[in-house]
Amino acid sequence: MTKTVTRNELANAVHQQIGLSHNESAQLVASVLEEVSLCLEQGESVKLSSFGTFSVHSKNERIGRNPKTGVEARISPRRVLSFRPSNLMKKRINPE
Amino acid sequence: MTKSELIARLAAQNPSLYHRDIERLVNTIFDTITETLVAGDRVELRGFGAFSLREREGRMGRNPRTGEAVLVNAKRMPFFKMGKGMRERLNKD
Repeated sequence: MTKTVTRNELANAVHQQIGLSHNESAQLVASVLEEVSLCLEQGESVKLSSFGTFSVHSKNERIGRNPKTGVEARISPRRVLSFRPSNLMKKRINPE
Repeated sequence: MTKSELIARLAAQNPSLYHRDIERLVNTIFDTITETLVAGDRVELRGFGAFSLREREGRMGRNPRTGEAVLVNAKRMPFFKMGKGMRERLNKD
């Protein structure tokens, strides 16, 4: 069974590694994610060496189709977020 | 923004912390996410997004230089899906 790691486990890891209080660790995890989010919101990429790169892409309006009903629908222009894992992460997940 | 810029911004907001601890904070967070994926588990950060693994089947590829057919092994690729909160922040108007 795969388990799911959440903000709480990240805060625990920070608490154990750095020795800050649990409360402060949780707040710092939140501020790291907030800084990354703010940057992406401006449309700027976030490059984290040895982890990967988050980048924002703009999509034009297009006509899509509801795959269940087959009804055509207009898909509004939107911004999406993509993540490209670093080579190091890919290698760590797939060791030879 | 790069990792060192991220660390600098966090350091400016948290003047009571050592710069070294901010570096460790950022590294601990992203290393823990990587370790979780290496273990085959997933990470879900509400409002931000979720990291999981997608299985890629093995396939016959081709060496682009020699044209020789080679077997590409099955592998697991990290996959990120943005969360609802993030989607809303990126599409406000």
